[in-house]
Amino acid sequence: MNVVVLNEVRKGFYLDSVALMRLSREVAGSPGVIEAALMMGTPSNAAIMRNAGLLEESTAVKGNDLVIAVKAESESAAREALDNAIKSLDKPKTQGEAQAAWRPHSIAAAVKARPEINLALISVPGEFAAAEARKALNRGLHVLMFSDNVSLEDELSLKQQARTAGLLMMGPDCGTAVIGGAPLAFANKIKRGRIGIIGASGTGTQEVSCLISEAGAGISHAIGVGGRDLKKDIGGITTLMAIDAFDSDPETDHVVLISKPPHPDVAKTVLERIGRSRKSYTVCFIGASEIELPPNARFSPTLKGAAELALGDKKIGAGFDANAVASRLPRSSRGGIEGLFAGGTLCAEAQVILAAAGRKVASNAAIPGVVKLGIEPNAGRDRLIDLGDDEYTRGRPHPMIDPSVRDDALRAALRNRDLSVVLLDLVLGYGAHADPAEHLTKIVADRGQDAPALIASVVGTEQDPQGRSAQVRKLEQAGILVAPSNAQACELAVAIVQNAGR
Amino acid sequence: MTDQDRPQYQQLLARKVEVVNVGLEGFVKDLRDCGIDVVHVDWKPSAGGDPQMAALLAKLGV
Repeated sequence: MNVVVLNEVRKGFYLDSVALMRLSREVAGSPGVIEAALMMGTPSNAAIMRNAGLLEESTAVKGNDLVIAVKAESESAAREALDNAIKSLDKPKTQGEAQAAWRPHSIAAAVKARPEINLALISVPGEFAAAEARKALNRGLHVLMFSDNVSLEDELSLKQQARTAGLLMMGPDCGTAVIGGAPLAFANKIKRGRIGIIGASGTGTQEVSCLISEAGAGISHAIGVGGRDLKKDIGGITTLMAIDAFDSDPETDHVVLISKPPHPDVAKTVLERIGRSRKSYTVCFIGASEIELPPNARFSPTLKGAAELALGDKKIGAGFDANAVASRLPRSSRGGIEGLFAGGTLCAEAQVILAAAGRKVASNAAIPGVVKLGIEPNAGRDRLIDLGDDEYTRGRPHPMIDPSVRDDALRAALRNRDLSVVLLDLVLGYGAHADPAEHLTKIVADRGQDAPALIASVVGTEQDPQGRSAQVRKLEQAGILVAPSNAQACELAVAIVQNAGR
Repeated sequence: MTDQDRPQYQQLLARKVEVVNVGLEGFVKDLRDCGIDVVHVDWKPSAGGDPQMAALLAKLGV
């Protein structure tokens, strides 16, 4: 086979990563195409394409160039796929798109025309995100920065600038926030209520807000701070400002703070500040051991536990009995668990629960006490994979937008005869895939009868665009066991392997 | 202290949010569906696609 690579560079042509993903998939599906990529020519994307043998060394690209790269079995197949991609790019916009609302070319132009704008939602490639955030702060806007791959140095400088100006800098890598009912980035349609959330973890905030909402209570606001806010370098700048903001918010009675375990110095500062707050708090440092708390706070190491404390000790999924479900399943003599998670914090919560149950665990996003995959030996351990980690998402959308990131790992797990259980999560809501259950059930439809048991949890509400119960039904019809929460999915996985070992 | 005297970030929770969206276009529809006013910026990488130059220009307020 004579493999041919063709490149086309469109100078000064920008498309967002979701539009590029759709088009890449179209091109990759053309006859005779081995691999295809449509990417902006940023330095990191150019490196990915060169490493994959998709971009000639001699082809010079810049960050504002669109690169189309096709690897095919023949010159004619490559040419045809490339021509089709170019046709799609040049297709005239539909009438609806042409009549769409006015689109300024910069934040400055937007604010000049609409001085009421008070928040910038930034999701451009990481290399350019700090520059856009700085422009927004300079114009007096609060910022939610969804983009990741922003340096710690830029994060600190942006947060310091925001604090000086009295503005809230949520992120970088802030997956979700809900301010006054406005769902920003990946957020769910949750009931309004009197519980506030400060979240350094996107899917953690989504899980807790959805569990609270589905239990009948509601959320006043959820402020995202970015995954590194409680690290020593940043010092909890946005978290401390969020505590101030909730202190003066008459709509909030109780606040849940969600984060991976912070640096001890930062934890001390934040807990001291909570001690001076007028509100009561639930502190959820996922995987931390019991910590010394002020009298107005209680602690949970898991997301489900945090939701239950915020609900005044109301039990989530009270009718669900993991041992009873496990005892009804056929026994298997294997014993391994593999978790394939779109949600990073759900992966962290799974590590907490499996480790607490005495399982030996390894993960690519290991919490303290868990073996790090790829660095330490992990034979005989359960593997819990965060598919939103950089190694899986470099140059492609997050698995919550594009669930196919999980497909190859899931197919391999279904064939793995050492596994008793595969643990999965589906994250619904705004910004997420339109029908993740449909996608998942297609992948698992042709699994063998002796394939591992599939257990899923669904992060979402009935009011979400995908509808939680409709997604649950599709999974159950495909033979997938669905638990009321991620924590209970993990408990069921443990119950199944313990049942197998008896 | 009256609401007006507080720093802006403490007033944000009591105010109507109006958004400028820079990046993924899909976020615009979600916000509009929830009744939030949003303006989408027709964004392209600035400084000819050079991230370091773009960062420098933003720091200089250009």
